[in-house]
Order: sequence, then structure tokens, then C-alpha cells
Amino acid sequence: MLPSLLRRTIGGLAVVAGVITLTFFLLRLAPGDPTERLLGPTATAEQVSAQRHVLGLDRPLPAQYAAWVSRFVRGDWGTSISTGRPVRGMLATAWPATVRLVGISLVLSYLLGIVIGAVQATAGRRVDTTLSVATVTLFAMPGYWLGLMLVMLFTYRARILPSFGSRGFDADFLPPAARLADALRHLALPLATLTLVGLGGTARFVRGAMRDVQHAPFITVARAKGITEGRVTRHHILRNALVPVVTLLGLSLPALFSGAVFIEAIFAWPGVGRVLVEGVQARDYPVVMAATAVSALLVVAGNLLADVLAAVVDPRLREPAA
Amino acid sequence: MTRLAADGRARFGAALLCAAVLAALLAPLITTIAPAVQRDVVATRFLPPLAHDLHGVLHPLGTDRLGRDVWARLAYGARISLGVGSLAVLISTVLGVLVGTVAGTWQGRLGALLLAVTDFALALPRVVLLLLLAALWRPSAALVVVVLGVTGWMSVARLVHGEARLAASRPFAESARALGASRLRLLRHHVLPNALTPAIVGAALGFGNAILLEAGLSFLGVGVQPPAPSWGSMIASGRDTLVNAPWVAAAPGIALVLVVVAATLLGDALHDALDPARSDVRGETGAALSGS
Repeated sequence: MLPSLLRRTIGGLAVVAGVITLTFFLLRLAPGDPTERLLGPTATAEQVSAQRHVLGLDRPLPAQYAAWVSRFVRGDWGTSISTGRPVRGMLATAWPATVRLVGISLVLSYLLGIVIGAVQATAGRRVDTTLSVATVTLFAMPGYWLGLMLVMLFTYRARILPSFGSRGFDADFLPPAARLADALRHLALPLATLTLVGLGGTARFVRGAMRDVQHAPFITVARAKGITEGRVTRHHILRNALVPVVTLLGLSLPALFSGAVFIEAIFAWPGVGRVLVEGVQARDYPVVMAATAVSALLVVAGNLLADVLAAVVDPRLREPAA
Repeated sequence: MTRLAADGRARFGAALLCAAVLAALLAPLITTIAPAVQRDVVATRFLPPLAHDLHGVLHPLGTDRLGRDVWARLAYGARISLGVGSLAVLISTVLGVLVGTVAGTWQGRLGALLLAVTDFALALPRVVLLLLLAALWRPSAALVVVVLGVTGWMSVARLVHGEARLAASRPFAESARALGASRLRLLRHHVLPNALTPAIVGAALGFGNAILLEAGLSFLGVGVQPPAPSWGSMIASGRDTLVNAPWVAAAPGIALVLVVVAATLLGDALHDALDPARSDVRGETGAALSGS
């Protein structure tokens, strides 16, 4: 287990390095560079070339790349070209907001999804059909559209929940309890959107995986041995069905981050997704590079975690230490 | 096939998809006005569904802020959504099955290399890549197809690989190898049939996903460009008028949900019909119930 984990970790780091390299050269290949936005359309050619020299954009690409990598590894992530703020600071403030949103939504949608999927796989036909209609509809729903509809219902019609930002304008002046309530009220709509959309897919997957296992010979054997139905469901069906579900968990992380980009755009949630989109639009190289590197690291770490979890759940996947 | 026809989900999904395809193909016949026609904007904008404008034209789903007919834009937009979705998923499924089965059969160096490439592609933040590419070239439907196809095969490959690896290590595959079957024969006769189930499920989910992502890109303004009607850009344009004209954003969203639900249900039914492990259990009951 351990040597294979080490191998996968090294592989994961190689992936991150590849992602960074690809992003770096894709960005430089794109037409337009940050000086245009910085100086405006009236800038003279001399001003543009002077600015490019200041930013180091006139050096050869491999030299720029080497310089960026060595600074990045040492923790110097540069300053944003469009805002002048340190990139690490920008990501440090954006980061917790995204983790809060994505993390809570991941936990909620998997817990609810596993419960609903397990109920469907074991309950009668009518319950199964009703829940199937609900989960397939949720699964088919675009997050940004569901978000808009929730805003229409809860912000415009019922007027009970805020539709943008992560906190109210007066949050700093509120007592702690009220501040927490304010934060939760702001979290409610984006979290509900992201969770509902993720929930449908998970429940469907769990139901399918459990159905697949239900007909396996070892389940018949377990029943024949006189094991109670509840124990068969929990220990024999659910446990085996969890293997593909755990794989899905690792696979769904990048999709969840992608989904969060849309949700953050709808709800003006101050997370990494917004930093990234604004960075791409402004050709803000240091911001895009750092945000991409961080999200790639996270996805690789998530996949690694999913592999470990899968080996815990399914002993057959534990490779002999070689 | 009979099993599939006996499945209510398959009939419902196929009927809905057929209706959507027909609506897309026959768009000029079933609409009352062309999708981009703007007449007197002030007099014809934000008409509620089923209203007649002052020219006597019926607007079944109302009009948007420029007085354009929402139903006509929906029908013409179906061409883009369905076309982009199916082409993209075709590319990604073929790529995914190829990579997944080959990696599952040749588990040595080749398999490890393919898995590493898959992991690499999976780790790319898809939306960032799409944004970057949209900035690199002028956004268009063809670009969206290629980008969605090339960035969508990895989850199919991972799911297929899991199944292929299990199949390749099962007794029937081992005995085939012991009898001298080549890797290629092993792949074609033993691994591929077993790995197709996750591929079909992956394709169904991928089709819905591709349609949703196309709409999402158009929603962010980097997909299909206006004035071409796309469901995503329609939702985006209805975003500011949620209060006074909710139908502008609601209609394309409902259309999206219906099409994706139909594709998913059809995929589910296919999954059950193709799964050899379950054919004896459900196929017979299904056939018996339908009396065939």
C-alpha cells in the first residue's frame, strides 16, 4: 500500500507540473497581453514596450517559464497585474470561501445521495420510481439555472434570503451570533444549489451500484446462510457498492470545482472561481497561473484520497507491495 | 431490443428526444415567426406567454427584452444544443472506451502510461481550459464540440478501465489467455463486452453533461455567439428580467432539463437491457409484463 501510494504521489506531482506548464504556454499563446488592459488603447508603442519590459514579458518564453517556476516554488507567487495586490493574498482570501462552499456541499450531497440511493435500491417499486423522477430531474438541472430560479423564489418573491456575496455589508458591526446567522443566510442559496445538483448524480450512482451488487452470487449465499436482510444490505451490498462510489468521489472533484465557477458567478461568491474567471478575462498571468496550480493540486490530492479510500473499502484493490 | 421497447423509461426518453429532434428539424414549420425578428421593440417586448402582439402574431412562450419570440428561439436553439451535445459525446465516448479498454487489457507499461495521461487530463480544470481556449480562438459551435469532446473522455475512460481491469483478471479471461488467446482477442471478446455497460452509462451521462456545459459556456458568453439562439445565452439574457418576465429564463431551462432527463432515462434503460448479468432477472419479468 505504502510504496504504491508514494508512487501515486510522485505521479500526482508530475501531473501538477504538467498542468502548470500547459497553462503557462496556453496563456502566452493567447492573443493580447496584460499591458493592453493596463495602459488602455491610447498607449504609445514605447509605453507598451517599456511596460512589457517592466513585467518581464519581453524575455524569451523558456526564461520566463523558468523564472516563474523558481519563484513559485519558493512561495513568491508575484503580484496581480491588474489589481497590484499580491497573488497569495488574493488566493488566501478567496480560498476559504470556495472550500466552505465546495466542501460542505460535497459532504452533504454524498451523505444525502448515499441515503437516498440506498433507500431506492431496497424500497418498493413506487418509492423507487418517485425518488428516481426527483433525482433524475435534479441531475439534469444546470446549476446556474437552478440558482437563478432559487433567487427568483427566495429573494424576489419571498424576500427571505440574500442572493449575492458571502456576507452582509454590516457584517463587521454585528455581534458574533448575528454574524454567524448572516453568514449562514448568505451561504444558503449557493450551497443549496450546488448540493441539490450534486445530490441527484450521487443518488443515481449509488442506486445503480447497489442494484448491480444485489444480484451477485455472494449475496444469495449470504441470504442462504440466514443473515438478516438489514445486515446483508449494510455489510454486503452497500459495502461493495461503495467501491465505484468512492471512485466517483475522486472523479467528481474537478466537476464540482467547475460547477462552483458558475455558482460563484451567479451568486457573486468571493471564491477562487471568480478570481480565476476575472484573471482569464484580464489576462492576469500570475493570478491565472497560481489559481490553476492550486486547483490542480487539490484535484490530484482528491484523486489520491479516493484511491486510498477505495483500497480501504475493497481489499482486492490493495496492490502487493512491489 | 424487445426488452428496451418494454421499458417505460426507454419509451418516454426516446419519445421526448424524438420530439426535441423533430422540433429542431421542423423549426421553421412549427414557429409563428423567425427567431431573430425584432419589430417595434417597445410594443412587443416582454409579452407574456400566449399573447398576441399588435401585428396579430401569436407568441406561445412570450417574448424577450428585444421583442423576439421565445418559442422560436427555443426551437432553433434545439439545433445547436442537440447537435453540439451529440457530436461532443461521440468524440469523448470513442476516446474513453479506447483508452479504458486498452489500459485494462495491457496492464503493464502501456496501461500505466495511459492511466497517467488520463489522470493528467482529469486534473485539468475543464472550465478554465474552456475559458482559455475561448480566449485563444474566436468562440464558435465547432470549437465547443471539439473542446467538450477532447476534455470529456476521461471519466468514461476511468469507469471503463475499472470494469475492464476486473474483467481481464476474472477466471474466464485468464483461461482464455491460458488457451493462447492474443491480447487483441482478449480485448475484443472478453474485455470490451464487459466494459461496454459503464461506457453506455457514461455516454448517456456525458450527453446530458455536454448539453449542460454547452449551455453553461454560452451562458458565460464564450460559447455559441449571439444572435444565434442558444439555450444557455437565452438563460443568461433572462437573468436580469427574473422579476418582470420570468418566462425568458424559465423556458430554456425547462427545455434543457427535459432533454437531459430524456437522454439519461434512455441511457438507464439501455444499461439495464444490455447488462448480461441482469437480463435473466429483469428481462423476463419485463417481457412477461408487457405480454410479448
